[in-house]
Amino acid sequence: MEHLLDQLVLAPVLLPLLGAGLCLAFGRFAAAQRLISILTLVTVLAAATVLLIRSDSHGPQAFNVGGWPAELGISLVADRLSSLLLLISTIVTLCVLLYSIGQGIVEYGRDSPLSVFYPTFLVLSAGVSNAFLSADLFNLFVGFEILLAASYVLITLGGTEARVRSGTIYIIVSLASSALFLIAVASVYAATGTVNFAQLAQRIPELSPGVGTLLQLLLLLTFAVKAAVFPLSAWLPDSYPTAPAPVTAVFAGLLTKVGIYAMLRTQTLLFPTPELRSLLLWASILTMVIGILGAVAQSDIKRVLSFTLVSHIGFMLFGIAIAGHLGIAGAIFYIIHHITVQTTLFLVAGLIEYRSGTTNLDRIGGLARQAPVLSIVFFVPAMNMAGIPPFSGFLGKLALLEAGADAGDWLALVGVAAAVATSLLTLYAMAKIWNRAFWQPHGELEDEVPVPFDPVALGGSLHGRTGVSTVTQRETSWNDDTQGVRLPLRMALPTIALGFVTVALTVFAAPLFELSDRAAQELHERTGYIEAVLGDG
Amino acid sequence: MSANLMLIAVVGVMVGCGTTLILERSLTRILVGFVLIGNGLNILFLVASGPAGVAPILGQSGERMADPLPQAMALTAIVITLGTTAFGLALAYRAWQLTGTDDVQDDLEDDLIRRRAERDLVSATFDEADDTELPDEDYEGDEDVTTPEVRA
Repeated sequence: MEHLLDQLVLAPVLLPLLGAGLCLAFGRFAAAQRLISILTLVTVLAAATVLLIRSDSHGPQAFNVGGWPAELGISLVADRLSSLLLLISTIVTLCVLLYSIGQGIVEYGRDSPLSVFYPTFLVLSAGVSNAFLSADLFNLFVGFEILLAASYVLITLGGTEARVRSGTIYIIVSLASSALFLIAVASVYAATGTVNFAQLAQRIPELSPGVGTLLQLLLLLTFAVKAAVFPLSAWLPDSYPTAPAPVTAVFAGLLTKVGIYAMLRTQTLLFPTPELRSLLLWASILTMVIGILGAVAQSDIKRVLSFTLVSHIGFMLFGIAIAGHLGIAGAIFYIIHHITVQTTLFLVAGLIEYRSGTTNLDRIGGLARQAPVLSIVFFVPAMNMAGIPPFSGFLGKLALLEAGADAGDWLALVGVAAAVATSLLTLYAMAKIWNRAFWQPHGELEDEVPVPFDPVALGGSLHGRTGVSTVTQRETSWNDDTQGVRLPLRMALPTIALGFVTVALTVFAAPLFELSDRAAQELHERTGYIEAVLGDG
Repeated sequence: MSANLMLIAVVGVMVGCGTTLILERSLTRILVGFVLIGNGLNILFLVASGPAGVAPILGQSGERMADPLPQAMALTAIVITLGTTAFGLALAYRAWQLTGTDDVQDDLEDDLIRRRAERDLVSATFDEADDTELPDEDYEGDEDVTTPEVRA
């Protein structure tokens, strides 16, 4: 039994891949596909829970795949940080899966299988797990590639013109960042003779300082593209909004956070020295401020949300840059908070799109009266993200601000000021959505500027065939007095469930923050991780 | 560690040419650029593995073996490049089917907002009138605004 538990670290990576294979095998049976995907993710959820409990009580859980020693083979490690992020990402993935199953049934009926969607979605989940659990740089690269390959398919699902256009940009940027990552891996290997995190932690301090800083810069550059840190963030708001609603939600929740996780891991384990602190601080300040200014200028809900996503990446980066115990703990807490809140908001945007046929703020209105439940499901996470007390967003920001104030130097204080300004502007952006979409009566659209494309055609539907679906009919027959379409329960329930998770993060903020604190402690000490990987090889 | 200067030069030329191609508009050229970069980086892994040696098989002669680990990494990278290139070509073909060209296009929504800004316009539902047309001294409270609703 004990032996079996040791191998549990493998489950979050292997099970979704197996599930994906089974889904492909049952490509013609819609019900079987749904059942397999749900079962797979529920099992992964259970495994992640056990991993978190064990890593919290017994220290990091390491497993060397195939029995190769850690320096040669692939090893997976679940310490507190990894298993915590794994757990939260699996919860989010499961909710999004249920939502997309609902959307699939609503749009295409019970029996039409979405042959590509479920397998790809499971592969994406495997890639995310692999990136979180990986204990060496090359396996981290492979994890990134798995999730990126899956994301290429998901972002161009259906192959409509809009998705091909935005997907192309996404794919080119991802390929460029992958190339950078390969350069970084090769350079790290050339300099140290290993790619294993634990060995790197021992060998990098022995390098000459210039070489160490160069490696650090290369890795940071790679992860900054993936995490959408300014000035490498321009691709994100362009590519995310056109994808199907559940796909955008899971991308927004998880993919950028994987980049942030990679930064957090390498910064704490490999480069605990503060050489690039001011560079990171500047990057985080600019990401926060410029991201949110972009959000304020937009007039489409999904695009506003994409820009706030970029902006709030800055908060996490701020914690990483400050380093120190509180900064890291705050960053971990903020990552968890932001994964759930951002995903919920994008799912709500999907529901709004279903309800009104578009997410363009110029074309919708009066939702508060017509869809009160939808309003609540939007309002709570929106206020949470803006950081209104007592929500978890407020607590996370408070921890980060405190860490910044403790650091005390002028740059950290500028960061604190930028964070406060960003929170206020986030509130403004959320209030803008709230006013226009929910409170204002639905106004007539006056097109001062010719619209070069029809936003309805972008659509959030799974295969992008909104042109023939009911969505277009609703758009044309929109009337302020109609009852409108009832929200399908299958899509609304997973959204509400995820909304409850965001509230639960607030209610159980104390134990969660203690856990983040212990995770930060573990990252700070480093010895537990190194011993777990190299010790019992 | 001594490094092979020739290999490093090859890496530099391939990655440089690839980068130039990536800056093109046509997706097909961009993909060719990535193939070049990918191959260049595989050679970079050879540089990273140090001097060449005999085949790394256990029980072979006692001569110096080549480092097998970077070779395994390069193999993985080759497979990944193959997959993404295939996907990219399919995407370029699809773009050509839809638009008759495989050029990478600009962000339409950004374009829209920029054109609005150039013409000094705001979006349709921006409540500009409420803020600007009522100077403070002329503002007579909320009554005028609310009465129609109260009557109705």
